[in-house]
Amino acid sequence: MYEIGTPVVDEKAPTGPLEKRWERRRFSARLVNPANKRKLTVIVVGTGLAGGSAAATLAELGYHVLSFCYQDSPRRAHSIAAQGGINAAKNYRNDGDSVFRLFHDTVKGGDFRSRESNVYRLAEVSVEIIDQCVAQGVPFAREYGGLLDTRSFGGAQVARTFYARGQTGQQLLLGAYQALSRQIHAGNVEMRARTEMLDLVVDDGRARGIVARDLVTGVVTTHLADAVVLATGGYGNAFHLSTNAKGSNATAIWRAHRRGALFANPCFTQIHPTCIPVSGAHQSKLTLMSESLRNDGRVWVPRTPGEVRPPGQIPEDDRDYYLERLYPSFGNLVPRDIASRAAKNICDAGYGVGPGGLGVYLDFAAAVERLGRPVVAERYGNLFEMYERITGEDPYTVPMRIYPAVHYTMGGLWVDYDLQSSIPGLFVIGEANFSDHGANRLGASALMQGLADGYFVLPNTIGDYLADGPFPPVSPSSVAEVTGDVASRLDRLLAVRGDRSPDDFHRELGQLLWDHCGMERSEPGLRKALARIPALREEFWRRVRVLGNGDGLNQSLEKAGRVADFLELAELMCLDALHRTESCGGHFRTESQTPDGEALRDDDRFAYVAAWEYASPPVLHREELRFADVTPSTRSYK
Amino acid sequence: MRFTLRIWRQDDATADGGLRSYVVDDVSPDMSFLEMLDVLNERLSAEGAEPVAFDHDCREGICGMCGMMINGVAHGPAKATTTCQLYLRDFTDGDTITVEPWRARPFPVVRDLVVDRSAFDRIIEAGGYVSTPTGSAPDAHAVPVPKADADTAFEAAACIGCGACVAACPNGSAMLFTAAKTTHLGMLPQGQPERYDRARAMVATQDDLGFGGCTNAGECTAVCPKGIPLETIGRLNRDVLSHR
Repeated sequence: MYEIGTPVVDEKAPTGPLEKRWERRRFSARLVNPANKRKLTVIVVGTGLAGGSAAATLAELGYHVLSFCYQDSPRRAHSIAAQGGINAAKNYRNDGDSVFRLFHDTVKGGDFRSRESNVYRLAEVSVEIIDQCVAQGVPFAREYGGLLDTRSFGGAQVARTFYARGQTGQQLLLGAYQALSRQIHAGNVEMRARTEMLDLVVDDGRARGIVARDLVTGVVTTHLADAVVLATGGYGNAFHLSTNAKGSNATAIWRAHRRGALFANPCFTQIHPTCIPVSGAHQSKLTLMSESLRNDGRVWVPRTPGEVRPPGQIPEDDRDYYLERLYPSFGNLVPRDIASRAAKNICDAGYGVGPGGLGVYLDFAAAVERLGRPVVAERYGNLFEMYERITGEDPYTVPMRIYPAVHYTMGGLWVDYDLQSSIPGLFVIGEANFSDHGANRLGASALMQGLADGYFVLPNTIGDYLADGPFPPVSPSSVAEVTGDVASRLDRLLAVRGDRSPDDFHRELGQLLWDHCGMERSEPGLRKALARIPALREEFWRRVRVLGNGDGLNQSLEKAGRVADFLELAELMCLDALHRTESCGGHFRTESQTPDGEALRDDDRFAYVAAWEYASPPVLHREELRFADVTPSTRSYK
Repeated sequence: MRFTLRIWRQDDATADGGLRSYVVDDVSPDMSFLEMLDVLNERLSAEGAEPVAFDHDCREGICGMCGMMINGVAHGPAKATTTCQLYLRDFTDGDTITVEPWRARPFPVVRDLVVDRSAFDRIIEAGGYVSTPTGSAPDAHAVPVPKADADTAFEAAACIGCGACVAACPNGSAMLFTAAKTTHLGMLPQGQPERYDRARAMVATQDDLGFGGCTNAGECTAVCPKGIPLETIGRLNRDVLSHR
């Protein structure tokens, strides 16, 4: 099914004391002469927190930047939907936080499947992010004294999460978008919105450009540069139903993978515990309710399976606050993977509530009684309104119903300490790379990583690569090969004229992944999915129906191209999940659990990053993980 | 539920458009308005007809990508709601619903319900930022901000740039959009150095782009999904008229 290749080594990783490594790398990374910077062009694909901040910062440094997004404006990237907050080791609360503690929590939260060096750098840089964002005018929540408010978030025992009501992602993204807009105005960034990257140009072993389609005119164009940065987000939409935006897709990273970039830990996906349950077959996406709600909400199910009484009429004695019962020290604040699986288990056992029994209650009655309705409204008002709009129920009086949903992908393209992929000149930042979250991401850490990569890490490390530039002109044959591939693929999609819509294929693929590569994975299930996916893919290319032509705006053509790539990526996700026979973080293998049903990690066999090479069959390259500053332990939230 | 939809169809910016009727009768009250369009599009596509093009992305009411005139009202009948957060339970079974794109000179139709709102980006590029390059920031606690000012700034910063304000305005004015940004940044100490230049540059740009002037009709704030208050426009006018 796959072959074992040579081990992969992160050659850029600095050594020495943990707290000196980033400083040392910044010093050892070569600088580019300011006069040469304007002769160097960098392509940045995606304008979320990572891409927007990187494009703005690279332009400030003097590079010529080409920025791309598929949305109609760079301000709409899906980072905008992040609700809860952003972690930073400011220790403004004097509650015992520190860079080391944030590092420690992140390595442990990732279940010891991330690199110590990278995570320490992330924690170190986190404090600068808050400073930068405040200076940009990001309206973080403040106390009456005028200082920034923080809260504890998703399992953290210190209050290190900065937030802007339930719209933290939006406000941080607008900060990056505004910095980017300033550089567009200054002529340092050429912005191309409604333009989707469809392939990567590799010439003489280096990433040198992209082939993209203008989604309005349908024209396919080639853009060349000295380096390419992918900031195109995660691949959660492989599951069809997820909390991702409808347009979020994996095409950019998958095409880069096919051109030689290693894909790391594709099976590490995060299922978020607090989402609004599916209401019917028509469902087009799932909506997250920030997990900050678990700070004050209590999760429970009725003690009797098939309970018919409305929640308000179920007395305390007939309720099972199962997270508080199973995990007395963390209670409702256990990490995401644990909360999600507990919800799945309790619903599978027949205690679930709502349509199909796929939901649990998240109850604010105690919080309203303790804090008063105005305080609850101040903290969660917009989330409650959103919930009521979608479900027609008022969470102040009726407990919310929640169920887990696919939310984030820790896996992504393999990168070294410099955030460079295995293709020289191709850098990958934000959710699109695999680097910092191991097998499970902590709450409020995605925004931190996106901005750390874009504002502070990449702009420092990319210089070391660009110091060798400008690179020689790209050979016309390299360009012709890629543009030819793109054109023939579009033609093929349009030529099938079959009888099943791209959405219909996507729905079937998503259900397959959810059932077999979701919250619990088992060998028989994964083998079943691995048998079905190639057949589904073959059927796709025989029966997909794309109407219209490629000469203008054609949303079903866009969709079909994305689904075609999900159909390939899904197979690698299942293969990775099958090969990793341990349980760790968001990856729970039923064959590897403790007697009381907790995840059983296998450090002797699996303390490595699985970096996959595109080939037939795929080739597995292992990067060993070594832990010197945090001792691998079994996570216990009991 | 069953609805008769009258939807604007237009091939591209230069083509003539018109309303076409479609009956949908297999939808339920718990479906969103856009999910109804998904159902219609699946059916059209099965019949070999071109699906209706419309913009949408996050479907959580925050990205600002969706937006259409529904029975003549930007984002439809529910208050403070984007199109994607509109549910069919807000309509009466049997209704006829007219769906059109935003209509404003600076927002040309791209296809069907999709319009080009890049003019909004030009307004922000003209000055909707604080000029603070990465790495130049003092400690976040160096400058305390009174909570009331921070809250006012936040309220204005909630703008999602959907364009409903322009579509609803009888003058096609972008003043609420521009004022939301100048209020957000103008209420904060970090935004002070560029406050007046910012306001003047952004207003000059919106005028150049062909947006109309503001006559205080207030239609903008009435349809704004984020409830940006009309008083932001008063603040913007004051900033534009202030001389330093």
